[in-house]
Amino acid sequence: MEEGEGEGLHTLAIVMLLCAALKLLHTLGLINTEDKLDDDLEMTMVCHRPEGLEKLEAQTNFNKRELQVLYRGFKNECPSGAVNEDTFKHIYSQFFPHGDATTYAHYLFNAFDSSQNGSIKFEDFVMALSILLRGTTREKLQWTFNLYDINRDGNINKEEMTDIVRAIYDMMGKYTYPVLKTDTPKQHVDAFFQKMDKNRDGVVTLDEFIFSCQEDDNIMRSLQLFENVI
Amino acid sequence: MAAGVATWLPFARAAAVGWLPLAKKTMPKPPVDKKSRSDEILFVNVSGLRFQTWKNTLDRYPDTLLGSSEKEFFYNEDTQEYFFDRDPEMFRHILNFYRTGKLHYPRHECIQAFDEELAFYGIVPEIIGDCCMEEYRDRKKENQERLAEDTEAGEATDAPLPPDSTARERLWRAFENPHTSTMALVFYYVTGFFIAVSVIANVVETVPCRPLKGSTKDLPCGEKYSLAFFCMDTACVLIFTFEYLMRLFAAPSRCKFMRSVMSVIDVVAIMPYYIGLVMPENEDVSGAFVTLRVFRVFRIFKFSRHSQGLRILGYTLKSCASELGFLLFSLTMAIIIFATVMFYAEKGTKGTNFTSIPASFWYTIVTMTTLGYGDMVPNTIAGKIFGSICSLSGVLVIALPVPVIVSNFSRIYHQNQRADKMRAQQKVRLARIRMAKKGTTNAFLQYKEDGGLQDHDGDNSALCVKNRSSFEHQHHHLLHCLEKTTNHEFTDELTYSEMCMTESVGYRTSRSTSLSSQQGVATSCCPRRAKRRAIRLANSTVSVSRGSVQELDTLQIQKCSARPQSRSSLNARTEDLKLNCEDRDFTAAIISIPTPPANTPDESLPPSPAMPGILRNSRSGSYAHETVKISSL
Repeated sequence: MEEGEGEGLHTLAIVMLLCAALKLLHTLGLINTEDKLDDDLEMTMVCHRPEGLEKLEAQTNFNKRELQVLYRGFKNECPSGAVNEDTFKHIYSQFFPHGDATTYAHYLFNAFDSSQNGSIKFEDFVMALSILLRGTTREKLQWTFNLYDINRDGNINKEEMTDIVRAIYDMMGKYTYPVLKTDTPKQHVDAFFQKMDKNRDGVVTLDEFIFSCQEDDNIMRSLQLFENVI
Repeated sequence: MAAGVATWLPFARAAAVGWLPLAKKTMPKPPVDKKSRSDEILFVNVSGLRFQTWKNTLDRYPDTLLGSSEKEFFYNEDTQEYFFDRDPEMFRHILNFYRTGKLHYPRHECIQAFDEELAFYGIVPEIIGDCCMEEYRDRKKENQERLAEDTEAGEATDAPLPPDSTARERLWRAFENPHTSTMALVFYYVTGFFIAVSVIANVVETVPCRPLKGSTKDLPCGEKYSLAFFCMDTACVLIFTFEYLMRLFAAPSRCKFMRSVMSVIDVVAIMPYYIGLVMPENEDVSGAFVTLRVFRVFRIFKFSRHSQGLRILGYTLKSCASELGFLLFSLTMAIIIFATVMFYAEKGTKGTNFTSIPASFWYTIVTMTTLGYGDMVPNTIAGKIFGSICSLSGVLVIALPVPVIVSNFSRIYHQNQRADKMRAQQKVRLARIRMAKKGTTNAFLQYKEDGGLQDHDGDNSALCVKNRSSFEHQHHHLLHCLEKTTNHEFTDELTYSEMCMTESVGYRTSRSTSLSSQQGVATSCCPRRAKRRAIRLANSTVSVSRGSVQELDTLQIQKCSARPQSRSSLNARTEDLKLNCEDRDFTAAIISIPTPPANTPDESLPPSPAMPGILRNSRSGSYAHETVKISSL
């Protein structure tokens, strides 16, 4: 009887030790057993207000009426006053239901987000539209160069261009005519570099870019096309 | 596509500037938006309650009443407002849908009234937002079920059979609804009676009766009056067999009937008897035979045909099976844990009952369910401590959460239903998205076919093309720009798979693509050149012969054969252009095809310019040099 009691007490002691250890770890915060539901509620609603109408009118090429229409639309879609990247991707993907527009939307978001803080505010939105729709040719081309230059180092190299072109082709989706081959983007990029890279150093600088675009009548003509979008 | 993103379209189009340096081809011209740019406030008067909203807000959803030109029918010139003689309270929700893009269902409203309002304003109920969708669906289903029940009850009681139904159909109906005829009712009660008799006989069989004379051992009645019980059993089984065979005969779908639960129960109820008849009175086999007799108790389940409640219970258990299974699983875990602990705690004791862990299961179960038979008790201190923990946790695990589990069951049950509904809805949603995608593709290809890229001549094209909103125009222009940038075109799935099958190794040279695109432009050029609109009649050839000479014109049927087959078959499928697009002064009159169809897939000649319309034969077949006469009456 005594031996049995001893073994039983052994078992008891071990179990109690185990429980105490778990409790210690929990107190130390190494084990967390509560769920994280409460954290989400603490996120505050950030509301951003744009600068005054006069100031925006002075900074951009839009008149008051156009800014009003733009802001009404913007505020309706984003009551908090700012667009984050996921919302932006979602919106942009709706225009291209055939393929996957998220990669290109990511690059576009970075181009729009001039302050690089992860959200587009109304000022960013309206400034970019002002350049794209009412800006000079040089401004438009510069904006496009910024779009292509993913890492903002002042040069476009082949990898960046390939990423952009691949993202554009992704938007086409699978069902295209003619059928998309895997090296189509690469060929496209090679053609682009053939045209743009004047000194054949493997990167395209801003001046090379602007110069080559200005040489091309097609591009110049097309740049005028989008002016009456608003 | 949600029209809420209409506000972002100008921005997406502006961003298209980023494609320009990459574009391999020139960009197409954008559509000219002739409408006035300024946004105006509209007044909408709904039964006296005046609402005001921007015109753009209503234009967001062009395929509803308020977003399309249909609202012009309700325009009141005197008061310069749109007047609707409908419920103003409901209109608030409808207008909010235009404003926010989400339709909410007001909970206090009647579901049918809401549905009618939605139908009037041309809004499909599927776009109700997720917040209110569940409530809407539940109420709708409830309503429908109630209506169905009412109609069913109305039908079932007094519906006479169609006079020409066969004996079989009448028999089946008699079995399923015993209240329809007296014979059926009699049969119903007789079978019920015999089920009861059989069950009682099974029970009484085992009761000990007074022993036979000359013996002291108590006999079960079954053996004492074995002949009587055997006769009763035979009678019952005969009736059951007869009933089963009649049902089998009358069933409209025999396979389905044989697989149903009730028929399985019937079979199981009568099989033991027949097996018993067949098997010999053998001592070895009689053990198995005894087991078979247990199945006779299944006859009690035959009562479920007679009792609605039993059926509901069975259904409830079946539907709660997963929750019960989970409960059982968690109990099993607790039992195993405690049994192990008790076994090791009691291991050292001499003469202990806890001989193995499975032997401890019995103790754990008895303790946890607070039965406490007392046939196994721990002796060691540790064993007693763990035993008490076991019984305490048993109380917690089983006794306390039973009401919580009951309510959890109903909640989890509803949640499961919701998940299934969501899955079903998801399928529907995906199908709708796919269709919308296809619709966009088709609309876009249609747009290209129409030569919508170049300038239209004002009046002729205006009537039909106006049906598409300026939003769609601009969106199509955007997609067209993307095509030009990448030098590839959008097609749909069918065309793509066809191309994959017929395409040879390697790719077409750019020359051939430019050639075919040129031809594509050429075929779409012709309608414009002739300054007419095309009507496509799906799979029908109509030619109209005409009266007066001066307007007599012959037409060549064009075949869009520059492209592979698929293009023209695409045309046949798109039915955007409806006949009401056509001018009012054109009426198709007589049908006659003067020339027999030739088999040469030839290219078309351009039609003469003074045509009121072109009839394009959409059958991508053998019609080539068909002359078609058109009249305008």
